[in-house]
Amino acid sequence: MTAVGDRLLPGASVARVGDFARRFSLTRGALAANAWFVYLFFYAPIALLVVFSFSADRNVGRWGGFTLGWYDDFIGNTSIQNAIWVSLRVALLSTVISVVLGTLAAFAIERFRFRGRQAFDALLYLPIIIPDVTMAVMMLLFFSEFFDLLNLLFGADLRKGFASITVSHIAFNISFVSVVVRARLAGMDRRLEEAAMDLYASRWKAFRHVTLPQIAPGVAGGALLALTLSLDDVVVTQFASGPGATTLPVYVFGLIRRGVTPLINSVSVVMLVASVGLVLLSLFVQRSRGGGAVGPPGAVAAGRSRRRS
Amino acid sequence: MSTKSLLRLLAGTLSVVLIAAACGGDDDGVSSADCDVGETDGDLAIYNWAEYIDEEQLAAFSDEFGVSVTMDVYDSNEAMQPIIAAGNSGYSLIVPSDYMVAILIAGEDIQPLNKDAIPNLANISSDFRGLVYDPEGDYTAPYQWGTTGIAVDTAVVGTDFPRTWGLIFDPAIADQYAGRISLLNDPRETIGAALKYLGYSLNSTSQDELDEATALVAASRDRLAAFNTDSSDELLTTGETAVAHGYSGDMFTQFLETEDPSQYVYFVPTEGGTRWIDNMGIPFDAPSPCTAHTFINWLLEAENGAWLSNWNYYGTPNTAAYDLLDEDLFDFISDPAVAPVAILEEIVDTGDFEVNYSDAFTEAKG
Amino acid sequence: MTLAAVPPEETTAGAATPEFERAAARAESRRGFLIAVPAYLYLIVFFAVPLGIVFAYSFANRNRFGEAVFTNIGFDAYRRLAEPIVRDILFRSLWLALLTTGICLLIGYPFSYYLTTRSSKVRNILLVFVMIPFWSNFLVRNYAWRVILGKDGVISRITDFLGLGEVEILFTPSAVVLGLVYGFLPFMILPLYASIERIEMSLIEAGRDLYASGWQSFRRILFPLSKPGVIAGSILVFVPSLGAYVTPEILGGAKTTLLGSYIVTQFLTARNWPVGASLSFVLMAVMLLATIVYFRAGGRNL
Repeated sequence: MTAVGDRLLPGASVARVGDFARRFSLTRGALAANAWFVYLFFYAPIALLVVFSFSADRNVGRWGGFTLGWYDDFIGNTSIQNAIWVSLRVALLSTVISVVLGTLAAFAIERFRFRGRQAFDALLYLPIIIPDVTMAVMMLLFFSEFFDLLNLLFGADLRKGFASITVSHIAFNISFVSVVVRARLAGMDRRLEEAAMDLYASRWKAFRHVTLPQIAPGVAGGALLALTLSLDDVVVTQFASGPGATTLPVYVFGLIRRGVTPLINSVSVVMLVASVGLVLLSLFVQRSRGGGAVGPPGAVAAGRSRRRS
Repeated sequence: MSTKSLLRLLAGTLSVVLIAAACGGDDDGVSSADCDVGETDGDLAIYNWAEYIDEEQLAAFSDEFGVSVTMDVYDSNEAMQPIIAAGNSGYSLIVPSDYMVAILIAGEDIQPLNKDAIPNLANISSDFRGLVYDPEGDYTAPYQWGTTGIAVDTAVVGTDFPRTWGLIFDPAIADQYAGRISLLNDPRETIGAALKYLGYSLNSTSQDELDEATALVAASRDRLAAFNTDSSDELLTTGETAVAHGYSGDMFTQFLETEDPSQYVYFVPTEGGTRWIDNMGIPFDAPSPCTAHTFINWLLEAENGAWLSNWNYYGTPNTAAYDLLDEDLFDFISDPAVAPVAILEEIVDTGDFEVNYSDAFTEAKG
Repeated sequence: MTLAAVPPEETTAGAATPEFERAAARAESRRGFLIAVPAYLYLIVFFAVPLGIVFAYSFANRNRFGEAVFTNIGFDAYRRLAEPIVRDILFRSLWLALLTTGICLLIGYPFSYYLTTRSSKVRNILLVFVMIPFWSNFLVRNYAWRVILGKDGVISRITDFLGLGEVEILFTPSAVVLGLVYGFLPFMILPLYASIERIEMSLIEAGRDLYASGWQSFRRILFPLSKPGVIAGSILVFVPSLGAYVTPEILGGAKTTLLGSYIVTQFLTARNWPVGASLSFVLMAVMLLATIVYFRAGGRNL
């Protein structure tokens, strides 16, 4: 059945979008130019950030001669290293949990009619539209009461910190993941799922082998979004955190009063290099396994068969 | 029971319990901790401004007293206060600014100090006693201080400029610097500067005076490059601005970074300016108040006060530390143009009138 | 829209007796609920309950010390929102947020489409490389833009070299829009990509046969089919643009107050939580309404 599932993977339709575009070279040229422009736009400030991480001047924007001093400072600065670890742990944990919950939520809303569905739909939008300072304040009030209560009931000695930050990040990330996944699910061809269900008669298997691979790009997009939001959040984190749980953005935000030095640039460069490295590593692993994560060779066959249908 | 009614019950119970918890908490009055000099009662968690103390100095305290020290940072008094006030923050030492101390005292968010446990309070200069926000020093001990004034780039304004707020607010003087002026993005500081220029107190609670000051800021808006607090110093030394409203310590450290520090001048205008003081205080529910007392006492020692100032380059209230300060730092903070004590005012919380200041500033910014 | 979501009522396969259909519908409803339950519960406990607390605050009053107190509970905080200054800020922010969303859509749509034309392996790399810049620190990115747009910045030097004189964009509304587009463009690209990627190309080919022009087949087939992505992307860009406050301060010089900054000011400068809370709730109500209308108008028949 895995074989059948694989053959129902998406990807193939996309290849055909490509065929289409390739036929119209003018449009294709414009599209490519736009894409290059977007990457230039995205990486222009990044290039500047990298350059100034090697500048001896304390101000970003005033070149003070080449130095590796900021990297040296970074290696010697335990507060920043701790902050990075806290950030990464929060980001990874909250992304994993919110991707699971958010995908389920999207699936339930797009595929089922159930009581309370509309209320759930509205509730799912609220974390996106709430101003982050408002969310920050409410999480602060909530956690201080919540922990008071738990401490009262169970005699525990709970404080805000890593856990409360993660809980808050999941609370907003669920919604962002589900919006992206829903954009994928909405209007997706359901006949495949139904065909699968006719064959296997198990919903879980249909979901696992048909729906999930089809929505994979949406889930991946949602995960990237969640990771990014978690890595960049300041206000909610600040209000939900406690002793020893400063994340990198909160730390950097605190620095702006005395000026953000190229030290932060060097930290960013290290994180960028690490993430590019991870991406390349995962590509290498994929290649050595002989297939991509999304859209393995089987997909093409599936696409062809679908076109015939 | 259906899932739906189960949910409803759950939500109901939860909200009742939460309300009960909300009403139950923080009604025990705050009293000072019973500590001896040098006593520790656990590890120390400090909530402080970023880059305000050398990590190695924290390590030195840790080594001397055998407790571990962690520090987290905040970027504004207003962000720190609700976190402390909500309780369960876990911090034993905070560093609020002057006006915020008054608010924390009023809200019973910080506890009185046990002065017997801090003999080094004797080192504090008379300039930092009898302060309006904590007259007897019952709740806080001063940490560092500075002033708010104007910094100029003499390459643009020359060396013979008038030392007045008119550099920003008087069209006859300021128009020539149009587009190269910055004001702080802070209602009390910026409206306060305009009030000073007009000859009023920067803590005025007169609506007429406030309106006049608001109109003045609004009229100078077109001359401004930006309202900016965090990088007023950088904008000046990178040539983006030539006249910058800003904090003494920030300007001073920034000048030292340039090739020729004498190109820039910081001064408090003759009409007067702000003196700000950051203070050490202990939250009402501090887990280790005695360690916090010990830390305050330790930081008020001569060597540690000097270490603190020589590292963050702000003024110290610790007279015992004066002799140990770096020479240029000492010269700067004892320069009468930088700290003309007689014409300085601290910002005081104006209670209900804070809302008027905030609205006025929003209106002036457009 | 033959391929698009068949209303779920019709999906319970096979014609049967009414009782059987009803039972099947009930089973369906229960199943949907069970799938939704983990996220539902999570959001109730860790979002709805905290939200209820600030909702209560929006009816409170600020006392002398800036604390929210529950004496004289009423709509005072909401009444303040009718003041002209709040209205001005609202309209200005709406305009800037709309502009940002429009530009993101204009750049992001062709970009996402282009991504889908690449081979599957390349596509994934390209997508990840969209996100990588955003794993650096957002303050640092804003500061980098300040350097690029400043007096001695790259842009100013280029225009000077071209004989156009020094153009200083920094501290203008254009700089704010640029910063917002930079910050939120990925939020447009991700859902757009996810929804364009699944479109059956054969439909567009059929469209080519019928309409014979690329524009027509885009307008009548590709765009309608990718609408869920357009809607999701627009919301993900529009909403945070409206609430942005760091970019307007760093790149705009805080010279024009936007809604996000105004709300932050209420909480973190004036320490007027009731007004901050009420403002947030009005904003959320408007957005929720707009989202629902937007969906009803554009999304439901997808």
